[in-house]
This record gives sequence, C-alpha cells and structure tokens, in this order.
Amino acid sequence: MFRVILTALAVLTAAPAIAQVDIQEVTSPGGINAWLVEDHSLPFVALDIRFQGGTSLDAPDHRGATYLMTGLLEEGAGDMNNSEFAARSEALAAYFGFSAYRDSIAITAQMLTENRDQAVDLLHEALVNPRFDQTAIDRVRGQVLSIIDSNQHDPAELASAAFYAQAFGDHPYGSAEEGTPDSVNALTRDDLIAAHRGALARDRVSVGVSGDITPDELGVLLDRLLGDLPETGAPQPADAPYTLSGGTTVIDYPTPQSTALFGHEGIERDDPDFFAAYVLNQVLGGGNFRSRLMQEIRVDRGLTYGISTFLVLFDHGPMMMGQFSSSNDLVAQAVEVLRQQWADVAENGVAEEELEAAKTYLTGAYPLRFTGNENLAAILAGMQADHMPISYINTRNDRVNAVTQDDVRRVAARLMDPEGLRVVVVGQPEGLESTD
Amino acid sequence: MLRFALAACLAIVPMAPQAMAADVTQFTLDNGMQAVVIEDHRAPVVVHMVWYRVGAADEPPGRSGIAHFLEHLMFKATDTLDNGEFSQIVEANGGSDNAFTSWDYTAYFQRVASDRLGLMMEMEADRMRNLLLTDEDIATERSVILEERAQRTDSNAGALFTEQMRAALYLAHPYRIPIAGWRHEIETLDRPDVFNFYHHNYAPDNAILVVAGDVTPDEVRTLAEQYYGPLEPSGVGARVRPSEPPQIADRTVSYEDPRVSDPYVVRQYLAPERDPGDQRQAAALTLLSNILGSGPTAVLPRTLQVEEERSLYAAAGYNGTNLDDTVFTLYNVPVPGVSLDEAEADLDRVVAQFLEDGIDPERFERIKFQWRADMIYSQDDVSALARMYGTGLASGLTVEDIEAWPDIIDSITMEEVMQAANDLFTETHSVTGYLNAPGL
Repeated sequence: MFRVILTALAVLTAAPAIAQVDIQEVTSPGGINAWLVEDHSLPFVALDIRFQGGTSLDAPDHRGATYLMTGLLEEGAGDMNNSEFAARSEALAAYFGFSAYRDSIAITAQMLTENRDQAVDLLHEALVNPRFDQTAIDRVRGQVLSIIDSNQHDPAELASAAFYAQAFGDHPYGSAEEGTPDSVNALTRDDLIAAHRGALARDRVSVGVSGDITPDELGVLLDRLLGDLPETGAPQPADAPYTLSGGTTVIDYPTPQSTALFGHEGIERDDPDFFAAYVLNQVLGGGNFRSRLMQEIRVDRGLTYGISTFLVLFDHGPMMMGQFSSSNDLVAQAVEVLRQQWADVAENGVAEEELEAAKTYLTGAYPLRFTGNENLAAILAGMQADHMPISYINTRNDRVNAVTQDDVRRVAARLMDPEGLRVVVVGQPEGLESTD
Repeated sequence: MLRFALAACLAIVPMAPQAMAADVTQFTLDNGMQAVVIEDHRAPVVVHMVWYRVGAADEPPGRSGIAHFLEHLMFKATDTLDNGEFSQIVEANGGSDNAFTSWDYTAYFQRVASDRLGLMMEMEADRMRNLLLTDEDIATERSVILEERAQRTDSNAGALFTEQMRAALYLAHPYRIPIAGWRHEIETLDRPDVFNFYHHNYAPDNAILVVAGDVTPDEVRTLAEQYYGPLEPSGVGARVRPSEPPQIADRTVSYEDPRVSDPYVVRQYLAPERDPGDQRQAAALTLLSNILGSGPTAVLPRTLQVEEERSLYAAAGYNGTNLDDTVFTLYNVPVPGVSLDEAEADLDRVVAQFLEDGIDPERFERIKFQWRADMIYSQDDVSALARMYGTGLASGLTVEDIEAWPDIIDSITMEEVMQAANDLFTETHSVTGYLNAPGL
C-alpha cells in the first residue's frame, strides 16, 4: 500500500510554490540603477556588480590584461598598499570578490550594517583608485603564469582550449583569458591602467543588492561606490563567427581516464525558441539523473560518473555543449552512445513523458532559487546583465510550461546537428582517433 | 589576491560556518533517532537531511569504498520505489537531492518547497530499511564508482599524493584509507558486503535528522514521528576503531607525477579534534591556522608570498570537526627556481620565527571580529548551517557543544594559541610530503 500513498502524495503536491520575492528598482540621485530585495532580518547587505565586457575586451596583443588587472584590484588602492588594504577589509569583516569572465567582470561584496559606510569607502578605492604597484604586478603576474602552466596539465582545460581555439580562431573567445606566457610577460603597468579604464565604466554596469538596506540608503551607496567611475568604457567586442566543423579531436595526454568536451553552435537568449531549447537541454543533459544522456551513459551502462550538457550563452557566440569523463577503454563506447542520442533527439525530439518531467522540475525548482542575500544579489545582477525585466520572474514559468513537444522537435531539428557535433577528447582513448 | 589554482585542490576551509543558538531546536524519537530543527522563515524552502553515524573509517578491513558505494546504491530500488524513482519524485516536486560520504558519516539531503517535507521523510524512511540491492544494480554502479575514482583521484596528481600522505600519517587508524576506497578493493565489492553494511548501520538509532528552513519544530516532530517513528532500531553500538599508537618517527612521502605543474611541499601533524565538553584546544588550533595561513595578512602568505616573494602560495589548514584525531597542515608552493628542500626550510624558518615573535595583537583582534561577523553571514545560507550541525553531531559533538563553539573561540587568548602552537610544532611527529614532476 505504501506505493499508492506515496504516488498520491507526489501528484497531489506537484503544484509548485510561487516565487515570493519583492524586487525594488532603485535609481540613485546620480542616476545609477540597481535592483534591491530589502530584507532586514540579518544585519548585513550583499552586493553583486557586473561590468559587461570582461576579458573579451583585451586588445589582440594584450591578451590577459583584463584578467591580471582584475586580480590586482585588491592588491593596493588609494593610500593603502596591498597589506594595508587586506588588513582594512579584515578589520571591517567585509568580504570582497573580484572575478574576470569572458563577458563580464563581477564584483561581490558582503558588508556589515554596523560599518557599511567604511566598507563602501574601501571598495570604492579598489574600484576607482587601484594602485597597480609594480611589486604587486610582478607577484600576481607570477601567480597567473603558474595558472597558465597548470592549465597545460589539466585535461578539462586542455579540452576547452582546443575547442575554443578551433571554434573562434582570432576572436578573444578563441584564446585563454589568462593570456599566454609571452603576452602576460609583456604586459606593462600602462596596459593594466588602460584595461581598468576600459572595463569598469558606468555604461555597462548591473547592480544587484539584497539585505539590510533601504532604497534611500542604497541610492547614496551607489553614488559613493560607482559615481567616480568613467561614464563610458571600451567598445564591446564584435560577434564571434563559429568556425568549427563536426568530427573528433584527440589530444594525447598520459592519464587513465579521458575527458571529453563536445558541442556545436548554440542559440541566443533572445531567440523566440530559446525556452524550447532550454527545456530540450534539460531533457538531454540538464545535470540530473533523469536526463537522457545520464540515463543512457551512466545509469544503464556505467560508462561515466557524470555527463551534462549546457547552453553556453556567450554574448557574441552562443554554443550548445557538454562534457564527461570515461576511462580510456570505455570512452569510445560512451562517445558512440552520445552520437546516437544526439542524432535520435535531432530527428525525433523527446518523449512526452521526458518533456513533462523536465517542465515539472524546472517550474518547481525556479521559486526555490530566491533565497539568501548573497544568492539573491547574484540573481538580480545577472537578470539585468541579461536584459530581463523584473516581470520576467512572474512570467518565466508560464513560458516554460508553454513549450510543447512540437516546439522541442522543431528546435531540436534546427539546433542539434549530429554532423556538426565536435567531440574533443583529452587522454589516451582506445579506439578513437582525430578525424582531421 | 587571485584564487590560486591549487587552493581548491588543497581543500582549505578558512572559516567554517557558525551558529546562533536562538532558532535551533532538538529532540529525540523513541527509537533513538536524533533530530535538529533550524528555523529560517525568509523563503518557503526547506532542507531535509539524514545523517548516518557511519563512514569510510567504519568499513570492514579489505572492504574500502563500501560506505561510499552504499551511498550510490541508496538511489536504487526499494520494496516500493523503482530504480531512480526517489530522485524522479524529488525532481517532479521541483527539488534537488544528493548525498555525500566522509570518514565519519554518510548523509542524504533534499532541498524542496517546505510543504513537501512529509513526502521527503516518507521516502527517506523507506530507503533506510527497505533497499533491495539487486546484483545487476551493484554491477553497474560499481563501474560508476570506479569511474568516479578515476575522475576525482586517478586523474589528479594532487589527489593521489594526498591519498599517499594520509596513508603515511595514520599508522593504524582507518582514516588512512581513502573515502572512495582503494581501486583493487572496490573492484571486489559484492552484494553480501553491501547488504551487511547497510543492514547493520542504516537504522533510526544510528541516524540524525536535520531539517532547516521554513518549518516549525512542532511540524517537524509530528512528521518525524509519523514517518521515522515506526522504524525499528538495530541496536548498533558505539563506534570502536583502531587507535593510533604513539608516533615516534617523522616520516617523508615523495611522489613524482608527470602531470604536476606546480611542485609543492606539505607538512602534516596529527592534531586533537573537538571533543564533547572539551573544545578549547581545537579552538586554539582553529585560530592558529587562521593566524598562520588564512588570508593575505596571515603569517605564511604575508612572509613568503608578499615580503620575500619566495612562494606562489603558502597556507595552513585545520578542521577540528572530526570523530578521532585530526590533521593540522602547512602548505608551501614555491615560486619557480626555489626547490622543495628550500621551500620546506622556508616553512620551518617562518614557523620558528612565529614561535619566537608571537601573535600580532591587532591581527588577533581582527580575526576575533571576523569570527563574530561570520556568525551573521553564516545565517544567510541555511543549507550550510544544516550541514554544520550534521557534521558536528555525526562527529560526536552535542548541540550544546556546537552552540558553545563561537563563544569558546571568542574566549581563547593569545597565550592559549601560542601554547597550542608549541605543543603542535615542537612535540608532534609529522609527515612531510613532496609532490614533484620527474626531472624537476
């Protein structure tokens, strides 16, 4: 009888919760916008600030400048050297994060209410007045060179470097954002100052805030923190034509297990079929046990610990990709199953049952995202960077629910290209060779 | 400071989450199942966790990997649920679920809308006692865990090195075996092994329920009595494990692997863990690891990375939440041109200087203030709080110990930290490890 009770309960309770999040749009006296979830239950505030552009703003002969510059923002600012800056943030118990990505630079901050003004002043110095002391440049440059070297020994990094180089050639997407040893060694202090001037500007900023702050207080904070940044920055990069054909690339690397990265061109976020593609990806390899590829390759055959697919939403060159690892003697079989499934879904779409399970999961999970100041600030900044309206939160589940089996079949036929699927394998796979 | 590539591999947790006592409630069911409820009503979400007081250090000799193998098999069929149906029902309700295994515990969790808590308990109670464990599932899943070991360990020179270090550090205690298991032993695990391990250890009197989020203690108690209450206890006794003999020799481990790009040196000391009612020394060691090796103003990175520019990365690590003897670790990744012998000498020199100079009082105050601030920040992530309570309870602590921890940290003096440092560095035998590439 237990199964009957259980099943009944599962069906009865399947109506998902509604997102309970109240977002305020705040404009500072100086004209800077932010989205705020005001919540005074914990005495701190979380900020997430995104500057669109990121490492793809690098000039061709200065690859790595944005990455190194971002790493130096907290290595001395204003009248503080790096140790003084670190001691100051420790004394305030403020946590700052500075990260460079291909399409953005992300600054995160958590600040206590009791010393928020001082923490804002400190972060202001890092964003507006970084010192780029030569000793700090040389030290952090050494760390970057070490990261570049260690990427040469990391199968996943080797796979993505090979994939991106073939897919995007001379566009910044085609090369490592850390740069090469030669390009990083050639970077001067002036290059870093120029990268800073081009990347951190008010015309490309998105701000998400959650926690113990009122809209009026936030307005003052925004002007203090960002008001001294230049109005405009460097031009955004051009679109990146995708130049990779289908096939297999094998990169010899001495390790018992091969790492595979696969994919081809993807779909833009503003495409009318984006939601169908999003649901399609969830069915195919959206990261849970139920996905088609996980079922076929892990659960049924034990060929991998995990396989997933994802829509890569680069601003200037979207892709549909996935990855897995398999022992050298199993990887050829896993690739064969992958290619069969890719062709099957491209031709037949997905089963009604698979589609419904994916939609139920996506719509049920969505409201559960909106929790925690740090997490909420990131969501709010990300939505603005992706040009979504606040109302998106209330319509998003409807758009997922509106996706039909025909929509998925149509977008699968258009998007998924078995002939164009490139599989890059790093390792010593048995029975796999490069096709070109 | 850039996130140095190795930092992730070295598994340093500078600040563990801390708890505020106000919103935490505990009770115990008649069958011995312990329960903790952490309230956070900001969003209609709940995290439901069941922790078993059994892990990789409780495996029968020669059967390493069995605790982790069972963790995988818990997602297979029961008397009433099909293979994989557990996760399918969680997903159909918009939830996410997973599990993890350590030396001291195995834990299962779901994150769902708070009105689905009863369903999660119903399914979790079912698989606590009713797992089928078919031969076919066991054969396929054994292949999966071998792939997992290949991915996490065999493909990673640093992970292989860490495994060898641990086997050298613990002479007798089963902390010396890897959680994933040794490959040659995983390959032989079969149904009787798993079934016996499951049947003996997975029972309410060996389990801890942690529920965190938008729930009240009364709701949780009612549901727990309904779903977990009827389960029979198995009478599992206290955990008895081989203990360490006196360690009378320093040891060295040297591992070469062509996949190494940044050679480094590690020094590990066996160190006391947090014990019920006795946490001061662990608190002093926690602060010591912060003072020596956490953040750019800490002694090791400040001296070796910033002032002398002899290291790419230098750090210290200590995690006191452990059932038995734990580890205090020093790391040094030298800049190119500095050998591992020199890097080891650098560690020794900086530690000796620290023992002579003592602690910078200003930094000590900053660290204390940060700990108090972290009590606020840590409440932002109720899942992390739930995990912290589960780890503590499964490691032999009580709720009272966990709640006393922040005040104990706050009360530790500089003298206590220096005493702990002297005990550790001058009286403890250690293992020093060198990870290098051939020919470097």
